Amino acid sequence: MVTTTVEKIRELSAQLLKDKKVDMVIGFQKGSLPMSNEPVMVKRPADVDKLVWDSHCSVNLASYLTDRKEKIGVIAKGCDTRNIATHIIENKISREQLTIIGVPCSGMIDRRKVMNAVGFEIKELIEESDRVIAKGDDAEKRFNKAEILQENCAVCSHPNPVLFDELVSDPVEVKEGIDRYADVREIEAMETDAKWAYFEDLLSNCIRCYACRNACPLCYCPTCFVDESEPQWVGKSSDAVDTRTFHFLRAYHCAGRCTDCGSCERVCPMGIKMRAFTRKLEKDCLESFNWQAGLNIEQRPPLDSFNPADPDQFVK
Amino acid sequence: MGIEKDRLHFSWISSAEATKFVDVVNKVTASVKALGPAKRFIKAG
Repeated sequence: MVTTTVEKIRELSAQLLKDKKVDMVIGFQKGSLPMSNEPVMVKRPADVDKLVWDSHCSVNLASYLTDRKEKIGVIAKGCDTRNIATHIIENKISREQLTIIGVPCSGMIDRRKVMNAVGFEIKELIEESDRVIAKGDDAEKRFNKAEILQENCAVCSHPNPVLFDELVSDPVEVKEGIDRYADVREIEAMETDAKWAYFEDLLSNCIRCYACRNACPLCYCPTCFVDESEPQWVGKSSDAVDTRTFHFLRAYHCAGRCTDCGSCERVCPMGIKMRAFTRKLEKDCLESFNWQAGLNIEQRPPLDSFNPADPDQFVK
Repeated sequence: MGIEKDRLHFSWISSAEATKFVDVVNKVTASVKALGPAKRFIKAG
């Protein structure tokens, strides 16, 4: 019999807990609504049946590792492992504390896309490899998984874990020839005024709830710059200037660190596409320093190292 | 991000390069004056 991904995850997790190699396993359990799995910390071998795996495990679990002292097993997709590597480089957790159970990932489903496409309340979502069926009380709708992927998953360059102790299945095929930055180049090509108007429009719905910051595995500062009051770097109101300052600064704090896991966009209650910012910086890091975040734990990040060959054409 | 190109300048000037400093400051002031007052990233009221 072929063991499924879920069975393999449960088996490995139970073994780690039994052998006391880890104090807990961080993974996903079913949420109370369809398409809403939630992170769970499993501490007893008897509880491993809570663990699930499907296309709704999109939360980046690296967020749950920051400054933890225990020994931890963590279920990790490609992007999670890149953020775990970033956490290790930034001394937010040590490699020795972790047992990484890597899961090759075929992309996560954007539940907003599914909900917008169907006209009924979804009671269940069934996945059969790349076919997805949304079921309501007396209706159903079929999708190709490719149509309803999260936007970052559709252009993912590292679906397979880059750092792991166990791998639960064979690596998935990496899509070749994806143009990750077509839309970024379009924005770059705009005239100054058009660019300003573009961002004005992009951020016009922002309610400054900071969900993007809270979900981001990189945003672990004990006090975020937006919450400081002495000095107050940015106003608390939803003034467009403050909102823009928040988004630009947050993106810059993620420069050379962002793995495009898509957490920010996924949790945004207003559907703001703020990956436009982080991906511009990701593109710059790739072009200027040939750098992609979190691919290994040996190399120092570009903003942390100096090379006389670093580009400096902007300095006159 | 929609800030005019000539409004922001980067330069490396050694403390021994007084003439370069004067030169750069003159160029920066001229290019910013040509743009007029900044309207972006300025809070109303």
